[in-house]
Amino acid sequence: MNVISGRIPLQYHAPATLKDAVNLLANSKGKTQILAGGTDLLVRMRTGFSEPDNIIDVKHISPMCKISRDGKGFSIGAAVSSAEMSENAALLKAWPGVVEAAALIGSTQVQGRATIAGNLCNASPAADSVPAMVAAGARALIRGPKGKRKVAVEKFCKGPGKTVLKKGELVEAILLPEKPARTGDAYLRFIPRTEMDIAVVGAGVCVTLDSKGVCTAARVSLGAIAPTVLLDARAARTLVGTSLDDPALDALAAACSAAARPIDDKRGTKEFRIHVAGVLARRAAIIARDRALGKS
Amino acid sequence: MFQIHVSTSINGDDTEFSCEADETLLDVLRDRLGLTGSKEGCGTGDCGACSVIVDGRLVCSCLMLGAEAQGREIETIEGMANGSELHPLQQKFLDHAALQCGVCTPGFLVAAKSLLERNDNPTEEEVRYWLAGNLCRCTGYDKIVRAVLDTAKEMRKSPKTKKTAAKKRVKA
Repeated sequence: MNVISGRIPLQYHAPATLKDAVNLLANSKGKTQILAGGTDLLVRMRTGFSEPDNIIDVKHISPMCKISRDGKGFSIGAAVSSAEMSENAALLKAWPGVVEAAALIGSTQVQGRATIAGNLCNASPAADSVPAMVAAGARALIRGPKGKRKVAVEKFCKGPGKTVLKKGELVEAILLPEKPARTGDAYLRFIPRTEMDIAVVGAGVCVTLDSKGVCTAARVSLGAIAPTVLLDARAARTLVGTSLDDPALDALAAACSAAARPIDDKRGTKEFRIHVAGVLARRAAIIARDRALGKS
Repeated sequence: MFQIHVSTSINGDDTEFSCEADETLLDVLRDRLGLTGSKEGCGTGDCGACSVIVDGRLVCSCLMLGAEAQGREIETIEGMANGSELHPLQQKFLDHAALQCGVCTPGFLVAAKSLLERNDNPTEEEVRYWLAGNLCRCTGYDKIVRAVLDTAKEMRKSPKTKKTAAKKRVKA
C-alpha cells in the first residue's frame, strides 16, 4: 500500500513522553494524526479519507498505556485497548456500562487495538463508547502546549468528525469518577444483527438510588440520533424522585424520543430511530437500576 | 528514502526490517519478509484474514503499521506448526473439512489458537463471538466452529498439547 504516492512521504513518530508528543504535535507541519489503536485511522488512510503528513504513535508513552486508580476515580490512558478494559476487574465492577459499550466495538481483533479515547476523538455520532462515557460522567484529560485541561465528554465533540481539540492538543486519558454508592450504569444499542455493526441508536443511563430505592441522580445519553451524542437533562429528570417504576420509565422513553433528532440513512429511518431511542433508554434504565440495587 | 528500521520478533525469531511509514504490518510480512500465509481480504479490518498475534493479543495486521512492530513479539500462521507436525487446530480443520478455498483459513487458525490459549473449554457461542471478525465465504462457519470445539476437547484430554499451550500462554 502506498496511500500517499506523489506527496511528501509520511513521517512516523513514536515519542516516549507526553511532552515530546505535544511538542511534535504543536510544531509539526501539514496534517498530523495521533495513532493510538489505529482502527479508524488506518482504515481512513486506506480508503483515502485521511492523508496525514505525520503520524504520532502514542503507544510508547507508558502512562498512556495504563489504567490507574486514585481516590478520585479511574484514569484510562488513551492507548489502552478495549480488551484491556474488559480484563480490568475493578473497572468492570465500577462502570460495567462503559466497559460493555467499549466491548461492543468491532471484532476480537479490533478489540485488541481500539481505544475509547480514539472512539471519542473520531467524533462519530454513532460511537458506542461515547454515550456510555457521557452517562457515567467521564471527562477527557487533554494535554497541550499550554498544559492540561479537562473537558466533559458530552462537550468534546462539536459535530461529526469535529472536536474541541486545538492545535497541539491530544487526549491523554479518559477520567471516570469513583462510582457513588447505589449507582449503576448501562449502555444498549440497536443494530440489525447480533455483532459487528454500527449503532443505529444507542442509549446510556446512569442512576443513583437512595437507601429506599428512590432515584436521587440520573444521567441519560443518546447516540446516533443527532450530530453529536446528547446528554439529555429533561430525560434524566423523569427518573429523579421515582423508583424507576413503569410510569417513570414510560416518561423516560417519551422524553428520549422527543429529544431525538436523527437523520434518515441506510441504517435506519428517522421515525424508527425516534421510537427506538425511547425503547433502548427504558431498557438501559432497568439494567442501571438493577445494578444500583446490586441485583446484577 | 525515509525508511524506518524496525527490530522485532516474529515466531520467536529476532527479525529486522526496513519499511516506509505508511506500510502496514501485513504489507511488511507479505512483501518484505515473504511470510505470505497472512492474507489480505479487505485491508480495512473487517475480514480477519490477516490475523496475527502481537504481544499475546489477536489483531488484524492490516490495521497496524509495520513501524509499530518495533520491540513487539509477533506470531503468524507460519509459526503455528511445529516443523512438519501440525498444530491440533490445523489437523482438526483438515479432519472436519473446515475449509474450502482456504483464503480465510490462516486467519481463522490464528484467531482460534488465540481463543484456546485463553479459554480451553469455550462454548459454541463463545467460539462464534470470538471468531465474528473472521469472514468465510465458503463453509458457512459450522464446520469451522465444530473443528475448533473438537480441538479444544482433544487438547483438554491430551496433557502434552495442553502443557505446550500453557507454556506458550505464559510466554505470551
